[in-house]
Amino acid sequence: MSADPVVSTVNLVKIYQSGGVPVPAVRGVDLRVESGEFVAIMGPSGSGKSTLVHMLGGLDARTSGEIWLDGRRADTLGESAWALLRRQKIGFVFQFFNLIANMTVADNVELPALLAGASPREARERRERLLGALGLTGRADAAPAQLAGGEQQRVALARALANKPSLLLADEPTGNLDSRNTRDVLKLLADVHRDGQTIILVTHDARVASLADRVVSLLDGQIVDDGVVGTFRRRPKGTAGDVVELRG
Amino acid sequence: MRPFLLALLAKEPAHGYELKQALEQIFGSAYPSPNIGQIYVTLGRLEKDGLVRAVDVEQSNRPNKKVYYLTAAGRDALDAWADEPAEGPRVRDEFFMKLVLAPMTGIADRMTLINRQRRHYIALMRDLNELSERTDPGDRVALLLIEGAMLHLQADLDWLDRCQEDLS
Ligand SMILES: Nc1ncnc2c1ncn2[C@@H]1O[C@H](COP(=O)(O)OP(=O)(O)O)[C@@H](O)[C@H]1O
Ligand SMILES: [Mg+2]
Repeated sequence: MSADPVVSTVNLVKIYQSGGVPVPAVRGVDLRVESGEFVAIMGPSGSGKSTLVHMLGGLDARTSGEIWLDGRRADTLGESAWALLRRQKIGFVFQFFNLIANMTVADNVELPALLAGASPREARERRERLLGALGLTGRADAAPAQLAGGEQQRVALARALANKPSLLLADEPTGNLDSRNTRDVLKLLADVHRDGQTIILVTHDARVASLADRVVSLLDGQIVDDGVVGTFRRRPKGTAGDVVELRG
Repeated sequence: MRPFLLALLAKEPAHGYELKQALEQIFGSAYPSPNIGQIYVTLGRLEKDGLVRAVDVEQSNRPNKKVYYLTAAGRDALDAWADEPAEGPRVRDEFFMKLVLAPMTGIADRMTLINRQRRHYIALMRDLNELSERTDPGDRVALLLIEGAMLHLQADLDWLDRCQEDLS
């Protein structure tokens, strides 16, 4: 049972219709992600990255092909079945946050845990830990609109992790962050990954991608590269002084 | 190293070993610390070019030590260096040559080259990440240098995407 991949797609295709013209966004993707794996998806703008992760989260219907989650066919599910699946198994970080405007930051983060069946106490403890890790403890009672873009993005990540999802899907989660906030997000991602979190994350940020186990490159809706992230070892105890040689 | 030494001597006259210590203190781990031999060789050249002058200072029980001063010509050279914008990074690197010449060599196709280069850059980035975690948070100069290297690497990666879109 545990041998099932968390995600597996077979010849997955998405063709949008735009003014009667077919726009192929994803063209035959076969992707397999094992439990505990961290996969970064990279590629130029318009290469189909968002479309792919939206389909994996059931937020966009596939045109053809198959999606399997934890060994169960998912592409044939209806909307309410997808909603249930997301609630129980999937955390999603959108490129543009999608926080609930009339709820506090704390409630935004606790809600998914409560919906997934956590007790109020568990939900609160988890919320406090996640907000703390992302440097947002002081913002718990704020409304999303009072937060800067980078803060909203971090709240969105905390919310996505609140129900301890078996799969975390994220679309450019550091796209709006400055380098210090990116560091907090990187640290949290590294921490949850170390604890076994399966992650599929779209990014153009090489710092984020370099934390992944694998990088999948998309071009024109197809996978053009899929490789394990290697380590480049200059010397075991290098210092910043080596950086000047790095690009030589 | 020439402008560094001129800049330090503009502050106050010093002997070779003091200069070495000052460089280490200013740059922390951001630059590999120079050995004393290199410093004396550079000072010798600066003296020959008339940019610094050495004065022997007597020491009790020890050989005389040479203290270096900045000359007026040295001051001018330092000002000229400080006023000039620094050379920008160059894209004409070896990878770009490979990419351009690939169709002629018949060895590797461009997609393969680009993919391999991307993996290499990401591995480099991982290394920089680890380096930045190992670096003392108080060492601002070193952290800024690492951040600079990361931003350059990111630009190289973004440019790879452009190459892949246009050439494949
Ligand atoms: N709702 C939509 N209707 C029509 N075309 C779309 C829609 N969403 C995305 N596309 C098109 O699909 C392609 C892939 O888009 P997307 O998945 O957003 O790429 P990426 O996230 O890699 O930038 C693009 O050509 C884009 O214009
Ligand atoms: Mg996108």
